[in-house]
Amino acid sequence: MFRYIVRRLLQMVLTFFGATFVVHALMFAYVDDPFQALVGDRPLTDSQRTALNARYHLDEGFFAQYWHYLKGLLTGDFGQSLTGRPIGDMLAQAWPVTIRLALLAIVIAAVIAIGAGVLSGIRRGGAFDTVTLVLTLIVLSMPIVVLAPLAQLIFGIQLGWFPPTAGRDANLYQLLLPALVLGSLVIATELRVTRTSVAENLRADYVRTARAKGLAPRRVIGVHVLRNSLIPVITLIGVDIGVLMSGAIVTEGVFNIPGVGFNLFRGVRTEDGPVVVGFVSILVIVFLVVNLIVDLLYAALDPRIRYE
Amino acid sequence: MPGKSPWKVAAAATTIVLLAAGCSGSSSEDTEVLPNSISIGIAEPSSLIPSNSIESSGSQVLASLFYPLVRFDANNAPYPVAAQSITKDKTNRIWTVRLKPGFTFSNGEPVVADNYIDAWNYGAYGPNGQLASYFYSRIDGYADLQSKDPDGDGPEKASDPKATKLRGLKKVNNLTFTVTLTEGFVNWDSVMGYDSFYPLPKAAFSGDGVLNKDFEQAPIGNGPFKMKGTWSHDEKITVEKVADFKGTVPKVNGITWKIYQDLGAQYADLVGGNLDIETKIPIENLASASGDLGARLGRTPSSAFSFVGFPMYLDKYKNPNVRRALSMAINRQEMTDQVFLGSETPATSFVSPVLQGAKSTSCGQWCEYNPTRAKQLYSAANGPKDIKISYNIDGGHKAWVDAMCNQIKASLAINCTGVGLPKLKDVLDRVKAGEDVGLIRLGWTMDYPLMESYLGPLYTSDGSSNYYGYKNSTFDSLVRQGSAALTKAESEKLWIEAEAQLVRDMPVLPLRFGQNVFGYSERVTDVTMDLYQKVDIYSVDIAG
Repeated sequence: MFRYIVRRLLQMVLTFFGATFVVHALMFAYVDDPFQALVGDRPLTDSQRTALNARYHLDEGFFAQYWHYLKGLLTGDFGQSLTGRPIGDMLAQAWPVTIRLALLAIVIAAVIAIGAGVLSGIRRGGAFDTVTLVLTLIVLSMPIVVLAPLAQLIFGIQLGWFPPTAGRDANLYQLLLPALVLGSLVIATELRVTRTSVAENLRADYVRTARAKGLAPRRVIGVHVLRNSLIPVITLIGVDIGVLMSGAIVTEGVFNIPGVGFNLFRGVRTEDGPVVVGFVSILVIVFLVVNLIVDLLYAALDPRIRYE
Repeated sequence: MPGKSPWKVAAAATTIVLLAAGCSGSSSEDTEVLPNSISIGIAEPSSLIPSNSIESSGSQVLASLFYPLVRFDANNAPYPVAAQSITKDKTNRIWTVRLKPGFTFSNGEPVVADNYIDAWNYGAYGPNGQLASYFYSRIDGYADLQSKDPDGDGPEKASDPKATKLRGLKKVNNLTFTVTLTEGFVNWDSVMGYDSFYPLPKAAFSGDGVLNKDFEQAPIGNGPFKMKGTWSHDEKITVEKVADFKGTVPKVNGITWKIYQDLGAQYADLVGGNLDIETKIPIENLASASGDLGARLGRTPSSAFSFVGFPMYLDKYKNPNVRRALSMAINRQEMTDQVFLGSETPATSFVSPVLQGAKSTSCGQWCEYNPTRAKQLYSAANGPKDIKISYNIDGGHKAWVDAMCNQIKASLAINCTGVGLPKLKDVLDRVKAGEDVGLIRLGWTMDYPLMESYLGPLYTSDGSSNYYGYKNSTFDSLVRQGSAALTKAESEKLWIEAEAQLVRDMPVLPLRFGQNVFGYSERVTDVTMDLYQKVDIYSVDIAG
């Protein structure tokens, strides 16, 4: 187990540098003249451009720029955004609210998906199964650019049940509507996977054995079936955590939450290379750590899996 | 673990996660609202240093923190505000600014001539990279503050500029200083109304010409409001009234500039009652806005100008009749009504008609929709059978470019296609390379309320935004003479003549002038907006 973790950590270091190198290369190819984008229609004199390019090392080659980034990273300095904000501060301000939003969305999605998935797995073909199938198909087919403003309009403005926007210091209640919208991104797949997995395990030998032993149906479903059915679902949830943190671009924009997704979107739009690379670096770490935890959870859930 | 019910584990995990998500939500930030204060929506400012301010969000916040030398009356004529008087010599080259006595910065420092000189020197010094520094370019000695890179983008470092201080700025006494321009300019007082001419207190600098690193987080100004706390990035900037302010005192006690990333979210908050003023109603919400807001939806002119330029380097657009015919083939009114839902107005002149001297119909018959005449003219001039309109796709231009193409197709029976390129830079690069890009989508917002602010940058041969290569020496000299004229009336007359030359040459095709389409809540009243997309913070008041 210990050796497995060490090996994974070493792989993570390689993956991290590989991923940031690729992002850096992509941004280098993409960023052209960010300061003209900053001033819009107004003219930018050569003297200004020279001064700004020198300040952000944009006048240097690709490897020199990557070296500046690595050097900063090793000393814990993420550099400055093109508008002069320290990226370390931006990260510290953006991450908490995004983590809270993503966790809330994960919990909501997981509770609904597993609950409904188990029920429809047990009564396959029943009315509940059919209804959830139709509902998840509807949610699945609605893009979030439609869903988010629609939810805001109906529940935030017309019915007034939730505040229309959240902000950085949002409390649980303010985050609930954005989290529901965000969670709906992943609810449908999680539900379908749970359902199939439960349905499959119900036919397994060990379930027949448990029933034959005369165990109560509650215990058969709640312990034996569920525990084995959760393995694929947990993998999915692990991947979803990363997806929700980076994929909250639309939701964060609609509900005015200045989190990671928004900062990434703005960084790309304004050609702010340092911001994009800084945020992606942290995202990569989050993905890697979450995936490691998910892999370790397998061992806890399934005694057949052993890491060495 | 074995034997434990997964339900229990899940319940425990859920509780922990919910606690984590919820706990930091009840923040210790002071959320109490000042009595009689209002909230106005903005985007995250790119900077709060006056000489680095190039967009309206930062400019609005600065307008509450600083008190300008001049403001503009209803006719856009400047009148002194923080200045006691602004006088000039006979050649319009040497300007003397006298400051009103008794004014202080919000930290208690008295406002003196040095505060202006230091701030402008900082802004003009090239290596500081201030984005609004070109406003100082008329001041004598500006060129010496700019560094030249010997090999363009190459590895060699740019040398330090020759000077660190503007030769043209001289202190006379504590409350008086002179500004010497490179060439006489009768309207210099109008230019000094812009953000980059605010003063900075001594506290802003940590050394000679070195700005304090944290100054931008809580700027100290000479205006009617002062910062309450620091700039909370991506969230809000709160300002409160300065006690016994010597100038015009605003009616509200404080303003919370709420920062939004998305205009739609801002609109939701406005309708939901969480925001008092939105300065730009997004076009998606315009259809429902009059129902949602009723009389609380306002429209005032802004200085934004949208047009398409003709690539003058291509032979097929050389004949002015081709350009005129294309202009007459377009139904501007239909475009503003149907694509922009009345949020912009048709442009039938080359300079925004809100300015003194400019007329809304100066383009005359050539900008009127007349498909029959357009077709005759176009076929007589043997115009190209296939034209393109190039635009950048990151600015939401597709809808109207397509509409314009359809109008051209219908009127002239030729083929027209809109070519979307990722960024304005991509369009301009092709223009520079002399490629056939067809018509070029462009826009402009004026810097100061003078016709020259359109004529100079957009149409003179060396104009900073004359990308399409219009060259006419008569026009150039008219604009230059207008700038050098000794009286304002004379310069206005010359500039009107210059615009008449544009009508004859038709280097661009005027399309639309912008409007501020703003909305406000029932809590506030007397909301007006100026040509620079700013709310008038002095007139706005709490309703009732």
